[in-house]
Amino acid sequence: MGVEQKLGNMGVVTTTLESVVNWGRTNAMWPMLFGLACCAIEMMSAQSSAYDMSRFGMELMRASPRQSDLMIVAGRVSKKMGPVLRRLYDQMPEPKWVIAMGDCASCGGVFNNYAIFQGVDEVVPVDVFVAGCPPRPEALIHGVMTIHEKVKGESFKQYAEKYKQTT
Amino acid sequence: MDKKLEPIVKSVQDKFSATFEEFRDEVHLFLKPEQIVDALTLLRDEFNFELLSALTAVDYYPQETPRFHVVYQLTSIAKNRSVQIRVPVNGSSPKIPTATHVYDVANWRERELLDMFGIEFDGHPDPRRILSPEDMEGHPLRKDFPLGYEEPQFTFNFDEIDLRKPYAKE
Repeated sequence: MGVEQKLGNMGVVTTTLESVVNWGRTNAMWPMLFGLACCAIEMMSAQSSAYDMSRFGMELMRASPRQSDLMIVAGRVSKKMGPVLRRLYDQMPEPKWVIAMGDCASCGGVFNNYAIFQGVDEVVPVDVFVAGCPPRPEALIHGVMTIHEKVKGESFKQYAEKYKQTT
Repeated sequence: MDKKLEPIVKSVQDKFSATFEEFRDEVHLFLKPEQIVDALTLLRDEFNFELLSALTAVDYYPQETPRFHVVYQLTSIAKNRSVQIRVPVNGSSPKIPTATHVYDVANWRERELLDMFGIEFDGHPDPRRILSPEDMEGHPLRKDFPLGYEEPQFTFNFDEIDLRKPYAKE
């Protein structure tokens, strides 16, 4: 299985540039090393050998937002943490994606009070919400797979329009 | 009451005409706001209460007036005893003299009370909020602070709440 079958004996593959670029993006999507609460434990577990996110080219948790493509917001975001989260998001280079992991990051969870954001989409645009309190590593990996599906469907035109809007 | 605490309570009572309450061997001395610095100094210097182990407040709104009790819990490590001082204060922005020059640890605890209850401490070196964001309105641990902050977003009110989330559509 693999590229050899498609190559046959010609040594040539015909495809579109978009799908090659998106394939590259999905298979080396580096998440940011950034945990806020108990969901971070499950995120670490998803990295461990039992679940092994490096199967998808995600073994590198980058400690710097400038080197990462994916932000996994793992945990509740307090009102004081909001500006910090936004700043980290703004420091990530385009294209970038966000997973709101767990109930707290998705909708506030059990913390409907003065101190916690009711959903991290008040601060950053979210691509995938993963439910669970905390979600199991399988659920997080499913969320990541969903992002991969989304990225595979993206086109340069969309990126261009998005870039036009932000400048 | 614990026999060891009797001279302490008597001394504070005589000097500040304080009332006291006892609950399960815990002694609470009730003082007026203007007496608190002198009382803390007395307890620290003469009765070895070298540690202010807790400085907190209780809001008894709407059952009681004055609504707030500021509670100073003092511990003597040398003599293994503790005493509580309560200072009832009233009003929406009550004021009380600071204890930072008696106990250094009072600094952050008083900022917390300012943040959570809106109790101001006169002469505090750094009167800012400590836990909540600077621009927050209201004091969350007051009983008249609204409980829920925000409606969660469900299918039936999705559009209405979505209007309040400008960053979600980037």
